Amino acid sequence: MELLSFGDTGWGDELLIATLMTIAVSVTAMLVGFLFALIFTPLKLSKNKFFNFIANSYTTIIRGVPELLVIYLFFFGGTGAVMFVASIFGYNEYIEINAFITGAFAIGIISGAYSTEVFRGAIQSIDKGQFEAVKVLGLSKFQQFFKIILPQTLRLAIPNLSNVWQITLKDTSLISVTGLVEIMRQSYIAAGSTRDPLFFYSFAAVLYLLLTFLSMKLINRLEVRYSKGY
Amino acid sequence: MDIELMINSLPKLLGATVITLKLLSASLIVGLIIGLLFAILRLNKNIIVNRFAYGYSYVFRGTPLLVQIFIIYFGLGQIEYLRSTFLWVVLKEPYWCAIIAFALNTGAYTSEILRSAFQTIKPGIVEAGKSLGIPNKIIFYKIQIPIAIRQSLPAYGNEIILMMKGTSLASTVTLMDLTGVAKYIISTTFKPIEVFIVAGSIYLFMTFCIHNLIKFLEKKYSF
Repeated sequence: MELLSFGDTGWGDELLIATLMTIAVSVTAMLVGFLFALIFTPLKLSKNKFFNFIANSYTTIIRGVPELLVIYLFFFGGTGAVMFVASIFGYNEYIEINAFITGAFAIGIISGAYSTEVFRGAIQSIDKGQFEAVKVLGLSKFQQFFKIILPQTLRLAIPNLSNVWQITLKDTSLISVTGLVEIMRQSYIAAGSTRDPLFFYSFAAVLYLLLTFLSMKLINRLEVRYSKGY
Repeated sequence: MDIELMINSLPKLLGATVITLKLLSASLIVGLIIGLLFAILRLNKNIIVNRFAYGYSYVFRGTPLLVQIFIIYFGLGQIEYLRSTFLWVVLKEPYWCAIIAFALNTGAYTSEILRSAFQTIKPGIVEAGKSLGIPNKIIFYKIQIPIAIRQSLPAYGNEIILMMKGTSLASTVTLMDLTGVAKYIISTTFKPIEVFIVAGSIYLFMTFCIHNLIKFLEKKYSF
């Protein structure tokens, strides 16, 4: 137990900070994912074949290729791209871009592909009459979307989005390969310096279980809130 | 775009694909057996057995695969007792550790898929079997299991694709699977985009094949 104490001798405080880092990366990645979903869901539902093609390629490629490969692409590719731009301006030293940004972006793109599918499914399962009704009532485009369509979409999407959240949360463990100190990376460091991998990786597993458990409780509340009136 | 690199790296990546496919098939076979076993335990009325099976699937579905593989590969070797048993022959090889971790992981998901499939079987079907005088065992093996497998095909197809992507984590325990080799080529040539396109295409091709295989099976066994 002294391994988990706070201060210089134990790893308690380090692991706590690492847990907060995992939460921060997951939330950022999820928001980045929503941003992507916001762009690609309309493209997917559009009648334009070309837009459909773009959105379908995005979701198919991302969901068919391992997360780790995508992370490597961004980790190595991101640094390369920044260094290339810098070399144009005559700066040839090695530049390392922030692991948090790379990681959150890479996981965000993955999570966005899943969110896009969830939102597409939710919007498609809204009754056609609703779309016709908002038009008949003469509501503005803004009102149509934010007051009528979005609340209904959310109600249908939340259960599936909670799955996306779980996937995203677990995927952030892969960012540890880029050196970002989240739960996995911190356990790796602690395991290396204390030679007690079994304890630290098991503890990491407990932390992840705790995170998934608590977030499920939270999401269940949201679900109840958004199903009001049904 | 470095087309030459793409062509040169293709044979290496295809060679690594063999390892990916070996890992995938081994863990799917073991995982299916584990999944079926735990699905049956989940349907057991005994609360301890039931809780045990639920706990297993909860833990393995609630933690990242990376943690599981690290616990098995780095963690278990720490136990002195294990080092003296025959298990050590298996546990010191990253290849077997990866398969154990993948099989336990996919087993947890498979058990959930099969459990829900068992639960959606209409009671009338079982009752019909009973009224025909078919023994309970035969009803289970010849009626319930085939129906459950058919019901769970779409979800299981997704699970196969997820597992295929999961095998990429084998590269974190020094195995040179498709992702491992891709990472090696990227880190020696610093051409991530080219390598990503080739390796990604191989993965996509496998996804495509699995997807169509499942579709074919669904059609074949539809009723």
